[in-house]
Amino acid sequence: MLDAPYLRAIFNGVLIGNLIRYFMLRRDYRQYPSYPHGVVTHLSLGFIAAVIGSVAVPVLIEKEFMAVTFLTLAATQFREVRDMEREMLQHLDQARLVSRGPDYIEGIARVFEARNYLVMFTSLLVGGITYRSNIFYGMVAGIIAFLVSRKLMGGRVIAQIAQVREGKVHFKGANLFVEDIHFMNLGTDSVKETYLERGLGVIIEPFDDDARATLSSNGQRMAIAHDAAALLGIYKDVDTAEFTPIVRRDLDTGRVGLVIVPIERDIEFLLEAVKRVPVLESAYRAPLKTYIGRKASD
Amino acid sequence: MELNKFILAIIALEPEKVGGCGAPIFYAVNREEQDKIAITLARITEGVVHDLENGTYIIVKH
Repeated sequence: MLDAPYLRAIFNGVLIGNLIRYFMLRRDYRQYPSYPHGVVTHLSLGFIAAVIGSVAVPVLIEKEFMAVTFLTLAATQFREVRDMEREMLQHLDQARLVSRGPDYIEGIARVFEARNYLVMFTSLLVGGITYRSNIFYGMVAGIIAFLVSRKLMGGRVIAQIAQVREGKVHFKGANLFVEDIHFMNLGTDSVKETYLERGLGVIIEPFDDDARATLSSNGQRMAIAHDAAALLGIYKDVDTAEFTPIVRRDLDTGRVGLVIVPIERDIEFLLEAVKRVPVLESAYRAPLKTYIGRKASD
Repeated sequence: MELNKFILAIIALEPEKVGGCGAPIFYAVNREEQDKIAITLARITEGVVHDLENGTYIIVKH
């Protein structure tokens, strides 16, 4: 039979867990999760995660080991969250003018899954501490857990691994360049004129070999093009594929260039947009952390 | 590896520089007409016009 301390622990755990899930749901320029239904879906899943986490403490104290088994079973359901998000984003990606790319989608899906686990752990912690002491300490523990997880889960952005600056868009014959990075071959004068008039170029110079390897990932580069296009608008429709923003690599130096025809031709904010692109977990490489990588780099 | 780039059409100024039957060939009398045909075909096929810089354009689906 559940009595007052248990109920306090469960309610407090569920409450804090839900609040944390709410604060971790970030609705920003990525337009994801969408409002209102996407948000409701994730708040509901967060609620379930919070319940599982906070119920675990009383169940353990009551030595209901059968119930613990059921709880772990319920927890595995959150694996589905990643698949669900990935599948949906992949479908949507086909209908976008500038696709996010597989690495970005995987990153988003992974974050959704992981955040549910974070909620579960936090609720477990809050429930446990509330039971052992009181509601106030439980809440404090929840807030600390939230701050710690936010610190640990906060990924890096492009500005931290590379220098981002403007590059001049120009043509050599039919070939489009930003400084000395070749992008593509383009026909017809009108397309070239549009690029020269409206196009913007960005050069991203990696700080070290780790950054160079990370930027070489095609998925990371697609994410840069996607975010730049999402923030500045894109001068393109389905029948003008030539204005798709592309990111190409300078083979000699590992520098990466972006060329885009934005709606808002504003280089300052384009640079800012590129700087804020997250470094994707699946694209992150660190050859310098190995002996061979360090030796090879000098 | 999936093959996902296709030459959809060729727009040529000089007939002797193109041949084969891989893609339809359109002949243009001058650069202006070539540009016009190329843009029209690119819009219709949702392809991109590339310039071989020998008086021949190709339209490629990416």
